[in-house]
Amino acid sequence: MFIDTLLIGISSGAIYSLMALSLVLVWRSTRIVNFAQSGQAVFSTYIGYEIAVRAHDYWISLPLAIIFGALLGSLVDLLFMRPLLRRVKDGPIAEIAPVIATLGLLGLLQSLLGLIWGNAFLQYASPLSAKGFTFGSHTVPFSPQNLFIVLASCAVLVIFGFIFKYTNLGLALRAASFQPEIAQLAGVRVSRVRNIGWAFAGATGALAGAVITPTATLSPNSLDLLFVSGFIAAVIGGLDSLVGAVVGGLVLGIGFSFILQYIAGSVTFLVGFIILMVVLLIRPRGIFGRDAGRHA
Amino acid sequence: MRSRRFSPRQSALLLFALGIALLAASRVVDELRTYQGAQVAVYVIAIASIVLLTGYSGQISLGHGAIMALGGYGAALSFTLWNFPFALAILFGTLVGSVGGFILGVAAARLSGPYLAGSTLALAVGLPTLADQFHILGGEQGLNFDIGDPPHWMQKLGGDNFTQYKWFFWITTSFALVVIWAITNLLHSSYGRNWKAGRNNAVAAGLAGINISQGKILAFTVSSGLASLSGALFGLLLGLVTPTAFPLSLSFAIVTGAVLAGVGSLTGSILGGVVLVAIPELSGALATHLGGSQKMTANLPGLLMSSLLIVVVLFMPHGVRIGKFGRQQQANK
Amino acid sequence: MSSGLIVENFTVNYGAVSAIQDISFDVAPGELVALIGANGAGKSTLLRALSGLVAPVQGSASWNGYSLNGKKPEDLVRQGIVHVCEGKSVIPELSVAENLALGGIWRRDKADVLAAREESLSIFPALASRLQQRADSLSGGERQMLAIGRALISRPKLLLLDEPSLGLAPLVIEEIFKVIDRLRRKLGLTVLLVEQNAVSALRIADRGLILNLGALLTSGTPDELMADPQLRTAYLGI
Repeated sequence: MFIDTLLIGISSGAIYSLMALSLVLVWRSTRIVNFAQSGQAVFSTYIGYEIAVRAHDYWISLPLAIIFGALLGSLVDLLFMRPLLRRVKDGPIAEIAPVIATLGLLGLLQSLLGLIWGNAFLQYASPLSAKGFTFGSHTVPFSPQNLFIVLASCAVLVIFGFIFKYTNLGLALRAASFQPEIAQLAGVRVSRVRNIGWAFAGATGALAGAVITPTATLSPNSLDLLFVSGFIAAVIGGLDSLVGAVVGGLVLGIGFSFILQYIAGSVTFLVGFIILMVVLLIRPRGIFGRDAGRHA
Repeated sequence: MRSRRFSPRQSALLLFALGIALLAASRVVDELRTYQGAQVAVYVIAIASIVLLTGYSGQISLGHGAIMALGGYGAALSFTLWNFPFALAILFGTLVGSVGGFILGVAAARLSGPYLAGSTLALAVGLPTLADQFHILGGEQGLNFDIGDPPHWMQKLGGDNFTQYKWFFWITTSFALVVIWAITNLLHSSYGRNWKAGRNNAVAAGLAGINISQGKILAFTVSSGLASLSGALFGLLLGLVTPTAFPLSLSFAIVTGAVLAGVGSLTGSILGGVVLVAIPELSGALATHLGGSQKMTANLPGLLMSSLLIVVVLFMPHGVRIGKFGRQQQANK
Repeated sequence: MSSGLIVENFTVNYGAVSAIQDISFDVAPGELVALIGANGAGKSTLLRALSGLVAPVQGSASWNGYSLNGKKPEDLVRQGIVHVCEGKSVIPELSVAENLALGGIWRRDKADVLAAREESLSIFPALASRLQQRADSLSGGERQMLAIGRALISRPKLLLLDEPSLGLAPLVIEEIFKVIDRLRRKLGLTVLLVEQNAVSALRIADRGLILNLGALLTSGTPDELMADPQLRTAYLGI
């Protein structure tokens, strides 16, 4: 039982980590929490769904959904965030405007999806079985699709870890997020690099949507709760840290899974809120966050 | 602040006159409009709670829908369980929400922008689920909050056709007017000025000896009190409170209303309230006009509302009031 | 074609306030010019406008005939104009090696980037032993060396140095100025050096410009400036 609960926790934790990563990638590059992320992710998932319906192949739809997610992320930055940040530079609304604007974008994307595909629950099926692996007579609640989710998340981590640590692009991304002005003076094209950050985030969100949806249903709001979990995970991790996002996601996934198993399913988000408050009151910048003094 | 150069007594008289005018109006308009008028009043109070919090104290909350639920459940619980008269039940709900808001505010005062937004978002999703856990809260079915027909003296006063909706309108509008009057005065008190000082320049306010974190906690408490009052009235309009009556989208809607109002303007919150009620109505009409497929009827309100939100943030980011603050700030540099 | 740095009728705002008013001067190729003035005289704002961080309200600037107006810092770096800004221009969260790598991140000639990196490390041997440490573990002087070392990897032709002595101990300041002097002789760099520490700056400068309240007060060779008793007390602090 314990192992079963742990496995479920790891699988959902992996998804939370992906969503948290996509939020952290945008936060690091633009200092914005992108509340539209679930809208972008679900939009990409609908694209994946449409391709899968037409091409009858999940494995073709998956990479295309991810590419669409990257393009959408990049476009949101170019057409939406840049004009906003140019116009709203200071004053009390400066901190709030991006939150409001991305909430507006979320609503816009979701109502567009509703207009195009309707609000009914759709099935975006994956060829992988949703039935748990069987060991002898015991079937664990961990299916090939769950395994794929965990592997995909690991792959994303390895890829990002490599890019950030060992490539010039990664160095530019980190420099632009820490000290944009100094990065610019060193020759980094900061706005281009930020845009790549948005594209990475969009791709990661799209991947999260496209691998989790086969285990559930697809609707314009189907990723909203995932967004909330991803956000809690990212904040627990400190919003700034890629490692923190992953750790935060796993902690939350495993925590939720045990609450579901041993207490009651419906209170998970309340417990999420309590975990979040405890973490923030002990460490207001999250577990892996940088100290306030250096906050851009 | 030009428009608020009235003394408390003058503004009380002014709002009283407005109240009489509105109540007179309710005699001539039809039932649906009366009910919508009551909805506007409820939204006005909810939006005012955000205006107070964001516009005057610089904090953000995406969880005020949950605070509204606190008020609604507090009121309904005291109404059904302890047979409180409904007016007392509403005040009890407000008290419950204020206490909740105070506890939350203590934590919130330590958190900056995105962290606060995230925490309150988690609260908005998490809190309504509590109702399933406690039998006393009625689970998915919720709690009854049906206050019945207007009392006899009211029917005498209002005439024979003084319906329940008119009664609702009377209650909610009175509360909204009192709330606007009270907050206007609060904001002109030293508390209100300190909040704004803390929001505009925390360091300078700190040096001037203004306790910012105390001010923030107080602002969060008062704001939560207002939100829970509107939640209680919301329950009254619905006749019951359920977990699904206070969804995440409600939290977003009142923030939207506050932004449309220009996040620093109390009078603007009336406009915000009207817009929140008018948009679904207008888009319903528009959808029917355009052929009215089910997809369109379901999604046009959201499309209009979010487009409006985006346009306002992109092209009028400072709203009406904030623009003035923004310029003041720049001049101070 | 005009050569060197030419600044004509430059007016720059700092926020809403005018920080630099109608300044004209030039720096010949290979020259080291010290820009001296009190705190708030507008020196840093002038450099920020030259490196593209802020746009001038009026006036023009050019480097060897290449107009600097409307260019971004990342474009100017590619033209060999490198700005080392005030207060140890390094990224504290990155390691020393990564800070250095940043200087060559845009360059295609990777072999030359490596060569430049070796040169930087031989000029500042203190950095060589600490490549893997985070930059915020360095002392103030070491951070300044790292900032200059990184700038050198960009193979600058015109170096804009903003207060390299800020917050450093006297011995370290002397060391830094020695390095600047040696570098510009060895590499034929053109340098515009902004300083409050007038004596040290004028010791290595070919020429000094004195800035007061956003306007150019006077200019001359270090000897001329030092000889003026009024300047000595009011601006040079001697």
